[in-house]
Amino acid sequence: MSDAQTAPAKSTPAQQVATGDRAILPEGAKTIPIYVMGKKYEVPETLTIMKAMEFAGFKFLRGCGCRGGICGACPTVYRKEGDYKLHFGLACQTVVEPNMYLAQIPFYPANRAGYSLDEIEPTAEAIFALYPELFRCVACNNCTKACPMGVQVLDYISALKQGDIAKAAKLSFDCIQCGLCASRCMGELPQYHIAQLARRIYGKYIQPHADHLAKRVAEIESGKYDEILGKLTEMSKDELAKLYKEREREPDLAPLGTWMPQDTQYL
Amino acid sequence: MKISYYPGCTLKTKAKNLEDAALASMAALEVDFEELPRWNCCGAVHSLADDDLIHHVAPVRDLIRAMERGSDKVVTLCSMCYNTLARANLLMRDDEVKRKTINDFMDEEKDYHGEVEVVHFLNFLRDEVGWDKLRSKIKVPLEGLKLAPYYGCTLLRPKNVSIEPPGHPKIFREFLEVLGARVIDFAASTLCCGSYQILANPEAAETVAATILEGGINSGAEALVLSCPLCEFNLSKKQGDLLQKNMLSQEVPTYYFTQLLAIALGLGGEVCRFDLNDKISAELLKSKSLPSCDQAILT
Repeated sequence: MSDAQTAPAKSTPAQQVATGDRAILPEGAKTIPIYVMGKKYEVPETLTIMKAMEFAGFKFLRGCGCRGGICGACPTVYRKEGDYKLHFGLACQTVVEPNMYLAQIPFYPANRAGYSLDEIEPTAEAIFALYPELFRCVACNNCTKACPMGVQVLDYISALKQGDIAKAAKLSFDCIQCGLCASRCMGELPQYHIAQLARRIYGKYIQPHADHLAKRVAEIESGKYDEILGKLTEMSKDELAKLYKEREREPDLAPLGTWMPQDTQYL
Repeated sequence: MKISYYPGCTLKTKAKNLEDAALASMAALEVDFEELPRWNCCGAVHSLADDDLIHHVAPVRDLIRAMERGSDKVVTLCSMCYNTLARANLLMRDDEVKRKTINDFMDEEKDYHGEVEVVHFLNFLRDEVGWDKLRSKIKVPLEGLKLAPYYGCTLLRPKNVSIEPPGHPKIFREFLEVLGARVIDFAASTLCCGSYQILANPEAAETVAATILEGGINSGAEALVLSCPLCEFNLSKKQGDLLQKNMLSQEVPTYYFTQLLAIALGLGGEVCRFDLNDKISAELLKSKSLPSCDQAILT
């Protein structure tokens, strides 16, 4: 049961507040006006844009994904009353403010080049050939200003023009592919697709590979763990619980590298 | 005085031979250069349209980056970057209305009024290092090498950003003389290389490139010395086409001025990345049997 439902609404209605990202209001709780596609709605002041729109009656079939700020499905553009600046955010992460003028941009068209990562030359020139529009960048920085994740978009585009794929991959790491950069680009670049290619090339060809990971994958593929995994999947719940309780466990605060289990056959 | 170094995109990719030799030389000259930690394309060409301000945003942003570092000067190696940055800088100094428009547009950055000075590396070597000090550091004088300095446009034009007072430029000659080379002046040294016309009107660019190259060798030069990757593209990378079309009588070696500086400072061929030059360029140097670097040159 929520706080809203248990709150003593009748005795002190003036002090009721909405709390958290809940769409059920205590009676008399404060609401604020927001504008969705130009139409005014009164919504609880503590909601995220996404919840506020649902409160107002919108139903998301698209433009809504993880609700956790990472899938990139709910980019939102908004203005505030009396402020010339455009603001950007994810609907699931941004709390409503009074007199926000909102528009959802769940998708923005941006061409993605076709390539085979296995056959691609891991060079900046290969990226230039696939995305020649890279050189239409005028460094206006609108991309960076639009990014709801705070990615330095202009800087990674510049890094690519300078041939530095590793730098571009690192700078663009937080990109969630929402497309707001592309929506604001004067040079009509599909920045997020270019960055994705840079990260793919970086991951496959540039980043040092972990030897222990390759070794472990080889062990898995050789069937080393098949037998024990087979046994585990056939165990009853009680057997699994017993095994779990009796498992060997590294003592808390054991100095690094001092503890070894008795059973080392799977290490 | 704090000096920032602005490399330019091409120097990080196709013209590593222009940059690497310069960086090694700066270190050998104990020059405290710091590459700007953040920089974008210089804009690559200065927009002449009176109402086209957006193409000045890129160079101004770079100048703001230098200002943020507390730099008095930003030094460039590439003629084109020098020209674009210097002209944008003048615009921000002299044109109050455009300055305000650009500063207002870049409202996420500090306002810029031309605080930083844009300096080409040749001027830096002459004015900050000094020819006498440079001469004292020369370990491998380029004796017997007949070199024609090629300025092209962007070091000299327009006159308000020219690296020397307009007329008879001599800074390149002085530089090569300090390195110990024999300098060959030639009439075509300030002609345009054809620039981006190589894409839109290749015949025109090839004609002028052939004129420049033939002008150099007919004056007795063995090689041309350059400071711009676009000039290098038209005057060196396109030589194969010129030979094929009988527009050029022989291959002409070309060097970036920084490569010759590094050789003369005794830094050897490795820092010069001659693998990015035409083969004939390294071979010419090798044939001169310059002390202590002949083997390293072809690496």
